[in-house]
Amino acid sequence: MKIIVPALLLACAAAQAGEYRHVDAARSQIRFTSKQMGVPVDGVFRSFDASLAFDPQAPAAASGRLRIALASIDTGNQEANEEVAGAQWFDTRRYPMAQFELRRILPLGAGRFQVSGMLNLKGVSRPLTVDATLKSGGANQAAMDGAFVLKRLDFGVGGGVWGDVGVVANEVTLRFHLVLEP
Amino acid sequence: MALLIVVGFGVGLYMADLHLSPLKLRLFSYHKWIGVTTWALLLPRIVWRLGHAPPPLPAGMPAWEQTAARAGHLLLYVLMAVIPISGWIMSSAQGVTTVYLGLWPLPDLLAKNEALGWLLLAVHRILNYALLGAVVLHVAAALKHHFIDRDGVLGRMFRFTRAAE
Repeated sequence: MKIIVPALLLACAAAQAGEYRHVDAARSQIRFTSKQMGVPVDGVFRSFDASLAFDPQAPAAASGRLRIALASIDTGNQEANEEVAGAQWFDTRRYPMAQFELRRILPLGAGRFQVSGMLNLKGVSRPLTVDATLKSGGANQAAMDGAFVLKRLDFGVGGGVWGDVGVVANEVTLRFHLVLEP
Repeated sequence: MALLIVVGFGVGLYMADLHLSPLKLRLFSYHKWIGVTTWALLLPRIVWRLGHAPPPLPAGMPAWEQTAARAGHLLLYVLMAVIPISGWIMSSAQGVTTVYLGLWPLPDLLAKNEALGWLLLAVHRILNYALLGAVVLHVAAALKHHFIDRDGVLGRMFRFTRAAE
């Protein structure tokens, strides 16, 4: 008994050291690239928050939630920022937040993971699976990076006259860089 | 080429005040494609012009008119060459890459800089009004040669068209 208790404590400490429970939003980034008439245009969501419980040693038990304030979008152009807040795009007055509900993380080996969950955007919920890499960055921190392609019309984003994908492509590439902390 | 310049000018004038819409994005792209095409067509024209002396100015033209004619023609060439580039630089500064025909991206000449983008927009606009002024003078001078001097200068501008008929 005298030996087992310290050993158990040690094991718990080790497990806790490896678990990430916070996302440092200030140092994380969510960016996107849309295509207009073949021209890639970069943008960013400046405001989001996340809750997380993720142990890379036991990824199956992971849970978490990422919420993005859609009005914090910066398309790089003031006129476009106002346009995409409107009813045909994000309709931020009715749907201020987009939310990703983490359901499962599968290890793919070599620091790569498959992250699955439900994405709710503009009142539409759809399953989303994304490949991500995890790199530890010292001080118990790690960076989770990934990219995926979203079809905006699946969520009714950019309807009406903007439904013409010859002008603004349906496919939008999203890139995330999340700084995870214990 | 003259037609492209006229259409490019008109589209540019019209689209600048449009509210953001798919039409506006389309017109911006068409405008840039016209600019790139015009510039590409101008290059062989300049090479040809450098290798071929233009026909002499009519005898009896006052010296100041000869100087004005040479300066005017030089100004037309300079503006035709500089205006598309001013648009390209402006586009780069505004953070929008120029992609010819939606297929071939041109390199960005500057890093994104919003204040500089607005300044370059003003430069692009002023250069275009300068071109409009130079074209008006060119046309006025040609009409003067035709109707007042009656020296055949206007007719000889279109020599190739006639030869082709």
